[in-house]
Amino acid sequence: MVTDPVPLQLAAELFPNGISRYAVGGLLVGFGAVVIYVGTGIPAGASTFLESTLSYVSGQSRFQQYVSSRDWRVVFTLGIILGGLAFAATVQSGVITTSLYEAGTTGELYEVGGVTLWSTSVQPWRLFLGGLLVGIGTRIGKGCTSGHGVCGVGSASKTSIVGVATFLTVAIGTAQIVAAMGVSP
Amino acid sequence: MSEDRHPLFMPLIFVGGLIFGFGLGFSQMARPEVVLNFLQFEDFGLLFVMFGAAIVSGIAFSVMPRIRDSAPLTGDRYERRLKPFDRNVLVGGAIFGVGWGLSGICPGAAYASLGVGNITILWALAGMFAGAYLQGVWRSKRAAADAAPAGAD
Repeated sequence: MVTDPVPLQLAAELFPNGISRYAVGGLLVGFGAVVIYVGTGIPAGASTFLESTLSYVSGQSRFQQYVSSRDWRVVFTLGIILGGLAFAATVQSGVITTSLYEAGTTGELYEVGGVTLWSTSVQPWRLFLGGLLVGIGTRIGKGCTSGHGVCGVGSASKTSIVGVATFLTVAIGTAQIVAAMGVSP
Repeated sequence: MSEDRHPLFMPLIFVGGLIFGFGLGFSQMARPEVVLNFLQFEDFGLLFVMFGAAIVSGIAFSVMPRIRDSAPLTGDRYERRLKPFDRNVLVGGAIFGVGWGLSGICPGAAYASLGVGNITILWALAGMFAGAYLQGVWRSKRAAADAAPAGAD
Protein backbone atom coordinates (compact mmCIF):
# COMPACT_ATOMS: atom_id res chain seq x y z
CA MET A 1 0.00 0.00 0.00
CA VAL A 2 1.06 3.61 0.39
CA THR A 3 3.00 3.25 3.63
CA ASP A 4 5.17 0.43 4.83
CA PRO A 5 3.46 -1.00 7.91
CA VAL A 6 6.65 -2.36 9.53
CA PRO A 7 8.19 0.95 10.71
CA LEU A 8 4.76 2.14 11.82
CA GLN A 9 4.24 -0.96 13.89
CA LEU A 10 7.69 -0.59 15.41
CA ALA A 11 6.97 3.04 16.29
CA ALA A 12 3.72 1.99 17.95
CA GLU A 13 5.59 -0.54 20.07
CA LEU A 14 8.52 1.62 21.07
CA PHE A 15 6.54 4.86 21.39
CA PRO A 16 2.98 3.98 22.45
CA ASN A 17 2.33 7.63 23.38
CA GLY A 18 3.92 9.09 20.28
CA ILE A 19 7.05 11.22 20.40
CA SER A 20 5.79 14.78 20.01
CA ARG A 21 5.00 15.50 23.65
CA TYR A 22 8.46 14.23 24.61
CA ALA A 23 10.30 16.12 21.88
CA VAL A 24 8.44 19.40 22.44
CA GLY A 25 8.82 19.10 26.21
CA GLY A 26 12.52 18.33 25.88
CA LEU A 27 13.12 21.31 23.60
CA LEU A 28 11.40 23.55 26.18
CA VAL A 29 13.48 22.11 29.03
CA GLY A 30 16.63 22.82 27.02
CA PHE A 31 15.37 26.30 26.09
CA GLY A 32 14.78 27.12 29.77
CA ALA A 33 18.38 26.20 30.56
CA VAL A 34 19.57 28.22 27.54
CA VAL A 35 17.70 31.37 28.65
CA ILE A 36 19.56 31.25 31.96
CA TYR A 37 22.91 30.44 30.34
CA VAL A 38 22.72 33.17 27.72
CA GLY A 39 21.80 35.82 30.30
CA THR A 40 24.09 34.77 33.12
CA GLY A 41 26.68 32.25 31.89
CA ILE A 42 25.39 29.77 34.49
CA PRO A 43 24.75 26.17 33.38
CA ALA A 44 21.94 25.54 35.88
CA GLY A 45 21.20 22.18 37.45
CA ALA A 46 18.24 21.40 39.68
CA SER A 47 19.77 19.24 42.43
CA THR A 48 22.14 21.80 44.01
CA PHE A 49 18.98 23.54 45.31
CA LEU A 50 18.70 20.72 47.87
CA GLU A 51 22.04 21.51 49.48
CA SER A 52 22.01 25.28 48.92
CA THR A 53 18.59 25.58 50.59
CA LEU A 54 19.79 23.54 53.57
CA SER A 55 22.43 26.25 54.15
CA TYR A 56 19.61 28.55 55.37
CA VAL A 57 18.84 26.22 58.28
CA SER A 58 21.98 24.16 58.87
CA GLY A 59 25.46 25.27 59.91
CA GLN A 60 27.14 22.15 58.45
CA SER A 61 30.33 23.25 56.68
CA ARG A 62 29.44 21.25 53.57
CA PHE A 63 26.48 23.51 52.78
CA GLN A 64 28.27 26.85 53.27
CA GLN A 65 29.90 26.73 49.82
CA TYR A 66 26.45 27.34 48.32
CA VAL A 67 25.55 30.46 50.32
CA SER A 68 26.33 32.81 47.41
CA SER A 69 24.07 30.93 44.98
CA ARG A 70 21.25 29.88 47.30
CA ASP A 71 18.97 32.86 46.61
CA TRP A 72 18.81 32.46 42.85
CA ARG A 73 18.46 28.69 43.20
CA VAL A 74 15.29 29.24 45.25
CA VAL A 75 13.99 31.53 42.47
CA PHE A 76 14.90 28.94 39.81
CA THR A 77 13.06 26.19 41.69
CA LEU A 78 10.04 28.43 42.31
CA GLY A 79 10.03 29.06 38.54
CA ILE A 80 10.08 25.30 37.83
CA ILE A 81 7.14 24.69 40.20
CA LEU A 82 5.11 27.55 38.72
CA GLY A 83 6.07 26.42 35.21
CA GLY A 84 4.52 23.05 36.06
CA LEU A 85 1.44 24.87 37.37
CA ALA A 86 1.26 26.98 34.20
CA PHE A 87 1.28 23.75 32.19
CA ALA A 88 -1.49 22.34 34.42
CA ALA A 89 -3.60 25.48 34.04
CA THR A 90 -3.31 25.53 30.24
CA VAL A 91 -2.58 22.30 28.38
CA GLN A 92 -3.47 19.84 31.17
CA SER A 93 -6.76 21.70 31.79
CA GLY A 94 -7.61 21.69 28.10
CA VAL A 95 -7.58 25.51 27.83
CA ILE A 96 -4.93 25.13 25.16
CA THR A 97 -5.21 22.11 22.90
CA THR A 98 -2.53 20.98 20.50
CA SER A 99 -2.03 17.86 18.44
CA LEU A 100 1.54 17.77 19.78
CA TYR A 101 0.29 16.83 23.24
CA GLU A 102 -0.80 13.30 24.12
CA ALA A 103 -2.43 13.30 27.57
CA GLY A 104 -1.61 9.78 28.77
CA THR A 105 -3.56 7.69 31.26
CA THR A 106 -1.30 7.34 34.31
CA GLY A 107 -2.11 8.59 37.81
CA GLU A 108 -5.26 10.49 38.70
CA LEU A 109 -6.68 13.79 37.54
CA TYR A 110 -8.56 16.06 39.93
CA GLU A 111 -9.86 19.57 39.74
CA VAL A 112 -9.33 22.61 41.97
CA GLY A 113 -10.87 25.95 41.01
CA GLY A 114 -11.22 25.03 37.34
CA VAL A 115 -7.60 23.87 37.03
CA THR A 116 -7.07 20.20 36.18
CA LEU A 117 -4.36 18.86 38.45
CA TRP A 118 -2.65 15.48 38.40
CA SER A 119 -1.42 13.16 41.11
CA THR A 120 0.73 10.05 40.98
CA SER A 121 -0.31 6.51 41.89
CA VAL A 122 3.27 5.51 42.72
CA GLN A 123 3.33 4.51 46.37
CA PRO A 124 4.66 6.95 49.00
CA TRP A 125 7.30 4.52 50.33
CA ARG A 126 8.82 4.27 46.85
CA LEU A 127 8.83 8.04 46.48
CA PHE A 128 10.37 8.62 49.91
CA LEU A 129 13.03 5.90 49.74
CA GLY A 130 13.83 6.76 46.12
CA GLY A 131 13.99 10.45 47.02
CA LEU A 132 16.37 9.71 49.88
CA LEU A 133 18.76 7.87 47.56
CA VAL A 134 18.38 10.55 44.87
CA GLY A 135 19.23 13.21 47.47
CA ILE A 136 22.37 11.37 48.57
CA GLY A 137 23.40 10.23 45.10
CA THR A 138 23.07 13.48 43.13
CA ARG A 139 25.10 15.37 45.70
CA ILE A 140 27.91 12.80 45.91
CA GLY A 141 27.80 12.28 42.14
CA LYS A 142 27.99 16.06 41.46
CA GLY A 143 24.77 16.35 39.47
CA CYS A 144 21.42 15.01 38.36
CA THR A 145 19.43 14.56 35.17
CA SER A 146 19.49 18.31 34.47
CA GLY A 147 22.99 19.23 35.65
CA HIS A 148 24.75 16.21 34.13
CA GLY A 149 22.08 15.13 31.65
CA VAL A 150 21.16 18.44 30.04
CA CYS A 151 23.94 20.95 30.81
CA GLY A 152 26.81 18.47 31.18
CA VAL A 153 26.04 16.35 28.13
CA GLY A 154 25.23 19.57 26.23
CA SER A 155 28.73 20.85 26.90
CA ALA A 156 30.26 17.45 26.03
CA SER A 157 31.67 16.99 29.54
CA LYS A 158 33.23 13.54 29.86
CA THR A 159 32.48 13.51 33.59
CA SER A 160 28.79 14.15 32.90
CA ILE A 161 28.57 11.57 30.11
CA VAL A 162 30.04 8.94 32.46
CA GLY A 163 27.68 10.14 35.23
CA VAL A 164 24.62 9.83 32.97
CA ALA A 165 25.69 6.39 31.68
CA THR A 166 26.14 5.24 35.29
CA PHE A 167 22.80 6.41 36.67
CA LEU A 168 20.85 5.44 33.55
CA THR A 169 22.23 1.88 33.59
CA VAL A 170 21.68 1.43 37.33
CA ALA A 171 18.19 2.97 37.14
CA ILE A 172 17.15 0.63 34.33
CA GLY A 173 18.42 -2.37 36.30
CA THR A 174 16.67 -1.20 39.46
CA ALA A 175 13.35 -0.50 37.73
CA GLN A 176 13.43 -3.91 36.03
CA ILE A 177 14.13 -5.70 39.34
CA VAL A 178 11.43 -3.76 41.19
CA ALA A 179 8.91 -4.56 38.45
CA ALA A 180 9.96 -8.23 38.38
CA MET A 181 9.30 -8.40 42.13
CA GLY A 182 5.74 -7.40 41.34
CA VAL A 183 5.83 -3.91 42.89
CA SER A 184 3.15 -1.80 41.20
CA PRO A 185 2.45 1.00 40.99
CA MET B 1 28.35 39.35 43.53
CA SER B 2 25.06 39.88 45.34
CA GLU B 3 25.63 43.65 45.76
CA ASP B 4 26.17 44.64 42.14
CA ARG B 5 23.88 42.09 40.56
CA HIS B 6 21.93 43.21 37.51
CA PRO B 7 18.25 44.01 38.32
CA LEU B 8 17.14 41.56 35.62
CA PHE B 9 19.19 38.67 37.05
CA MET B 10 16.46 37.20 39.26
CA PRO B 11 13.60 37.80 36.76
CA LEU B 12 15.60 36.00 34.06
CA ILE B 13 16.36 33.04 36.34
CA PHE B 14 12.63 32.91 37.13
CA VAL B 15 11.57 32.97 33.47
CA GLY B 16 14.15 30.27 32.65
CA GLY B 17 12.71 28.15 35.49
CA LEU B 18 9.17 28.71 34.21
CA ILE B 19 10.03 27.44 30.72
CA PHE B 20 12.03 24.55 32.20
CA GLY B 21 9.11 23.52 34.46
CA PHE B 22 6.51 23.92 31.71
CA GLY B 23 8.63 21.67 29.50
CA LEU B 24 8.89 19.01 32.21
CA GLY B 25 5.10 19.10 32.57
CA PHE B 26 4.46 18.95 28.82
CA SER B 27 6.93 16.10 28.32
CA GLN B 28 5.27 14.10 31.13
CA MET B 29 8.66 13.61 32.76
CA ALA B 30 7.05 15.09 35.88
CA ARG B 31 5.01 11.86 36.07
CA PRO B 32 6.96 9.12 37.89
CA GLU B 33 4.91 6.46 36.06
CA VAL B 34 6.13 7.69 32.68
CA VAL B 35 9.77 7.61 33.82
CA LEU B 36 9.29 4.08 35.21
CA ASN B 37 7.70 2.98 31.91
CA PHE B 38 10.78 4.25 30.13
CA LEU B 39 13.19 2.46 32.49
CA GLN B 40 11.18 -0.75 32.00
CA PHE B 41 11.50 -0.37 28.19
CA GLU B 42 7.75 0.11 27.71
CA ASP B 43 8.00 3.60 26.21
CA PHE B 44 11.25 5.01 24.83
CA GLY B 45 9.83 8.50 24.34
CA LEU B 46 11.74 9.90 27.31
CA LEU B 47 14.94 9.68 25.26
CA PHE B 48 13.57 12.59 23.24
CA VAL B 49 13.27 14.70 26.39
CA MET B 50 16.84 14.09 27.49
CA PHE B 51 18.52 14.33 24.11
CA GLY B 52 16.24 17.10 22.86
CA ALA B 53 17.12 19.22 25.87
CA ALA B 54 20.85 18.38 25.66
CA ILE B 55 20.96 19.27 21.95
CA VAL B 56 19.29 22.66 22.50
CA SER B 57 21.59 23.52 25.42
CA GLY B 58 24.59 22.10 23.55
CA ILE B 59 24.03 24.53 20.67
CA ALA B 60 23.98 27.49 23.08
CA PHE B 61 27.01 26.23 25.00
CA SER B 62 29.07 25.98 21.82
CA VAL B 63 27.80 29.12 20.07
CA MET B 64 27.70 31.71 22.88
CA PRO B 65 31.44 31.70 23.74
CA ARG B 66 32.16 32.43 20.05
CA ILE B 67 29.90 35.45 19.72
CA ARG B 68 30.31 37.09 23.14
CA ASP B 69 32.99 37.13 25.83
CA SER B 70 30.75 37.44 28.86
CA ALA B 71 27.13 37.13 29.93
CA PRO B 72 25.21 40.45 30.00
CA LEU B 73 23.65 40.06 33.45
CA THR B 74 26.66 38.80 35.42
CA GLY B 75 29.76 39.65 33.44
CA ASP B 76 30.77 36.01 33.89
CA ARG B 77 32.70 34.49 31.03
CA TYR B 78 30.95 31.95 28.83
CA GLU B 79 33.11 28.95 29.51
CA ARG B 80 32.77 25.26 30.15
CA ARG B 81 32.81 24.80 33.89
CA LEU B 82 33.72 21.16 33.82
CA LYS B 83 33.34 19.06 36.91
CA PRO B 84 36.38 16.97 37.77
CA PHE B 85 35.99 13.23 37.38
CA ASP B 86 36.63 11.00 40.36
CA ARG B 87 35.22 7.90 42.02
CA ASN B 88 32.37 9.98 43.52
CA VAL B 89 30.81 10.41 40.07
CA LEU B 90 30.42 6.63 39.83
CA VAL B 91 29.42 6.00 43.45
CA GLY B 92 26.98 8.93 43.57
CA GLY B 93 25.66 8.12 40.09
CA ALA B 94 24.95 4.55 41.14
CA ILE B 95 23.13 5.63 44.33
CA PHE B 96 21.14 8.18 42.30
CA GLY B 97 20.35 5.45 39.78
CA VAL B 98 18.88 3.14 42.42
CA GLY B 99 16.73 6.00 43.73
CA TRP B 100 15.63 7.07 40.24
CA GLY B 101 14.81 3.48 39.26
CA LEU B 102 12.86 2.89 42.46
CA SER B 103 10.80 6.10 42.41
CA GLY B 104 10.86 7.45 38.84
CA ILE B 105 11.69 10.85 40.27
CA CYS B 106 14.66 13.21 39.89
CA PRO B 107 15.07 16.68 41.40
CA GLY B 108 13.93 19.00 38.56
CA ALA B 109 11.02 16.77 37.58
CA ALA B 110 9.96 16.54 41.24
CA TYR B 111 9.66 20.34 41.55
CA ALA B 112 7.64 20.49 38.34
CA SER B 113 5.54 17.55 39.53
CA LEU B 114 4.49 19.56 42.58
CA GLY B 115 3.40 22.30 40.17
CA VAL B 116 1.19 20.00 38.08
CA GLY B 117 -0.68 19.13 41.29
CA ASN B 118 1.14 16.04 42.48
CA ILE B 119 0.95 16.60 46.25
CA THR B 120 2.09 13.00 46.85
CA ILE B 121 5.48 14.03 45.46
CA LEU B 122 6.15 15.77 48.79
CA TRP B 123 7.25 12.32 50.01
CA ALA B 124 10.00 12.32 47.38
CA LEU B 125 10.99 15.92 48.13
CA ALA B 126 11.18 15.15 51.86
CA GLY B 127 13.38 12.16 51.02
CA MET B 128 15.64 14.27 48.78
CA PHE B 129 16.21 16.92 51.44
CA ALA B 130 16.85 14.23 54.06
CA GLY B 131 19.32 12.50 51.74
CA ALA B 132 21.12 15.73 50.84
CA TYR B 133 21.30 16.56 54.56
CA LEU B 134 22.68 13.15 55.54
CA GLN B 135 25.47 13.28 52.97
CA GLY B 136 26.19 16.89 54.02
CA VAL B 137 26.60 15.94 57.68
CA TRP B 138 28.78 12.99 56.78
CA ARG B 139 30.99 14.94 54.38
CA SER B 140 31.28 17.91 56.75
CA LYS B 141 32.53 15.56 59.47
CA ARG B 142 34.94 13.85 57.11
CA ALA B 143 36.30 17.18 55.83
CA ALA B 144 36.87 18.31 59.41
CA ALA B 145 38.66 15.05 60.25
CA ASP B 146 40.85 15.33 57.15
CA ALA B 147 41.67 18.98 57.83
CA ALA B 148 42.83 18.42 61.40
CA PRO B 149 45.99 16.35 60.80
CA ALA B 150 46.84 17.11 57.18
CA GLY B 151 45.58 20.62 56.44
CA ALA B 152 43.23 21.38 53.56
CA ASP B 153 42.59 18.72 50.99
